[in-house]
Amino acid sequence: MKNSKYLPLLATFVVFVLAYVICISVFPNMLSTRVAGNLLTDNAFLGITAVGMTFVILSGGIDLSVGSVIAFTGVFLSVILRDTSIHPLAAFVIVLALTTAFGAAMGGVIFFLDMPPFIVTLAGMFLARGISYLLTTESVPITHPFYSTLQDLYIRMPGGGRLTLIAMIMLAVFAFGIILAQRTRFGTYVYALGGNLTSAQLMGVPVAKTTVGIYALSGFLAGLSGIVFSLYTSAGYSLAAVGVELDAIAAVVIGGTLLTGGYGFVAGTFLGICIQGLIQTYIVFDGTLSSWWTKIVIGLLLFGFIALQRGLMWMSERSARNMRHASAAQASSA
Amino acid sequence: MANAQPLLSVRGVSKAFLGVSALENVDFTLKAGEVHALLGENGAGKSTLIKIITGAYRRDEGEVLLEGTPIFPRDVVDAQKLGIGTVYQEVNLLTNLTVAENLFLGREPKRFGLTDVREMNRRSRAILDTYGLNIDVTAPLANFSVAIQQVVAIARAVDISGKVLVLDEPTASLDAHEVEMLFAVVRQLRERGMGIIFISHFLDQVYDIADTITVLRNGRLIDTVPVAGLDRLKLVSMMLGRQLEADVKRTIDPNTAKAEPLVSLRGLGKRGNIDPLDLDIRQGEVVGIAGLLGSGRTETAQLVFGIERADSGTISVAGTPVNMSSPRKAISHGFAFCPEDRKTDGIVGDLSVRENIIFALQAQRGWMRPLSRSEQEALADRYIAALDIRTSDREKPIKFLSGGNQQKVLLARWLATNPRFLILDEPTRGIDVGAHAEIIRLIIDLCERGMALLVISSELGELVGYSSRIIVLRDRKMVSELTGDEISTEHIMKAIASHGATGEAA
Repeated sequence: MKNSKYLPLLATFVVFVLAYVICISVFPNMLSTRVAGNLLTDNAFLGITAVGMTFVILSGGIDLSVGSVIAFTGVFLSVILRDTSIHPLAAFVIVLALTTAFGAAMGGVIFFLDMPPFIVTLAGMFLARGISYLLTTESVPITHPFYSTLQDLYIRMPGGGRLTLIAMIMLAVFAFGIILAQRTRFGTYVYALGGNLTSAQLMGVPVAKTTVGIYALSGFLAGLSGIVFSLYTSAGYSLAAVGVELDAIAAVVIGGTLLTGGYGFVAGTFLGICIQGLIQTYIVFDGTLSSWWTKIVIGLLLFGFIALQRGLMWMSERSARNMRHASAAQASSA
Repeated sequence: MANAQPLLSVRGVSKAFLGVSALENVDFTLKAGEVHALLGENGAGKSTLIKIITGAYRRDEGEVLLEGTPIFPRDVVDAQKLGIGTVYQEVNLLTNLTVAENLFLGREPKRFGLTDVREMNRRSRAILDTYGLNIDVTAPLANFSVAIQQVVAIARAVDISGKVLVLDEPTASLDAHEVEMLFAVVRQLRERGMGIIFISHFLDQVYDIADTITVLRNGRLIDTVPVAGLDRLKLVSMMLGRQLEADVKRTIDPNTAKAEPLVSLRGLGKRGNIDPLDLDIRQGEVVGIAGLLGSGRTETAQLVFGIERADSGTISVAGTPVNMSSPRKAISHGFAFCPEDRKTDGIVGDLSVRENIIFALQAQRGWMRPLSRSEQEALADRYIAALDIRTSDREKPIKFLSGGNQQKVLLARWLATNPRFLILDEPTRGIDVGAHAEIIRLIIDLCERGMALLVISSELGELVGYSSRIIVLRDRKMVSELTGDEISTEHIMKAIASHGATGEAA
């Protein structure tokens, strides 16, 4: 009973283990740190933005702008590094400030104008994509030597796998996200908003500050994800990362977070990312399957998880009704 | 009480909304170590007063003193900090968080800048221990019953505020056992010297727990009296505002009482809504339902009309048992229902008078057989004339009509379906005196033309005026059925005020 909130997380974990076992039984080579390292590197940018998305969805919102913000970040960095002599680190700081402010502005509109997050972030999505086009419509390569330095940073794992810098950044972001969600007041407020907005308000949750903070966090992490993506591709392109927001939402939901908010874990999102990565890796290993199979399997998994969540909610409602009398009796005898 | 200074003192407070007075020059005094019940029917001003005390509204006039100091709470959170905590009927906690997180939301104990979950859980256990509640504080609140959630809400309110506790209908969704558990907690807090404001519609509970009663009616203070020695009948008459004056009754044809019932209820009930009851309604009869707010009046109507599904008993129409599982079924049997809250359940404000009138009839015919425009217009014109609906134009959006005229449009909507059986829930609430009289004339008229009616009203005099029979509900039970000469406001009030489970014989 008590663990019912962990059940979706557990289900995700079981799916992950099952997927891994199937992968290994078909392709024993997939059991290696090399594959694991590549999986983390390939999905680093998605994982980082999915952490932000987890907070947004936990609060009962949605952020459709992250894919465009990633593209904007890449284009901004490539153009500024091509046209000026500014150091990449300074450019990183500028672009993170921009994307954080962009997220905060969307959060402000959502709260103060009382607008649905779907519409506000949809507008944000068009806006960020449009600004990227305005900067350049071409794919601009990034050739700064500092980029090569960063790209060559990695830890060699036993077995020959490489844990790259961007994979480490993703793991650090997940660790940060888990602590933020579980061990800080802000984290509890995020769950509170997703649970019941009216109650949260009556219990003194600063709803305005929290809403702005959540979208600012998502904007910041989308910016960070954009930096990682530019390190991953060594270029900035305004057509890049189309649909990444949907991949991120899929990872969050497969990770066991309730789409209506209030229930879920950042760690689950990590598993969601790993499951998506595993499917892609399987397809690469197979060689004959179309890469679109990734989408098909993700689609089926999403359906499965949504059905699971419905079922769990239905079950917990029923057990809550049954428990009413039992717990009342227990309490009064105590 | 030895200490002369009251804990909370409200003096001459008034509040108006858009020029309509909701509270007029009300005084209210709460002492420490006292449970003070606040009573009154709908629109009496209870919730306005509570919202002023808890900071949700700002008063227009008067002053609120907490321990002798004037307070001006900006909002609910501010009032909490000042020492006034509130627990609502619908528990305002977060069921997706753990019990401990709910107790400490916004004031979590910290260690190295992070929430110290272990310390939070330990303190939560300690707090709940003082209430005799030994539960797993790390489990989500949703795992526990409403009664336990109420106690957690009280524990949070007391822990944060600690001076005044407002309980706004805390028992409305609890069973008898759970109420007892909650009252044990309330008594304990009274011992600790807190001042508790208790709002409830259940008179038995008020007599059980309260020390003092304040009655409001129509935004005015009626009286503040100690519970000990207070006569129930006097209390009910204070709440309803009826002196035992002579009733005006219409003469009833004795033959109707002998006819076969059109609608009969046998053991119809639903747990938590209304206890099983038997009732027959004949053609040409108005059956009145009397009772205080929350006594199960509307719930009864909803069962009969299939809005709520009964979990026991049967409904028969003209002797044949029917399955009343939805309002559509009810309409197909010739039933019609004008709900109490016409703004939310009845009218569609932006649609015209004509469209509002044809609604139910069109729904009954189905979308395959639309009423032609000329049929609609003829129908609308007929009812506008017949019921004397005051509107400049049948195409005027209904939201621009007065309350009384909106009510007539609703009546017209149902009359257009030519019902055999009409249920009216508070048909005269919130409408002006003239329209009031017309609605009553209409009820009598419909009845005399052979329709069966079931009418719920808080206006006892009005109910006595037109009813052939009256059933009285109390605490979700039918306690009395009054016929013939027994029909009087005095008998109704006696039935409402009666003790115990068994009402007086009909």
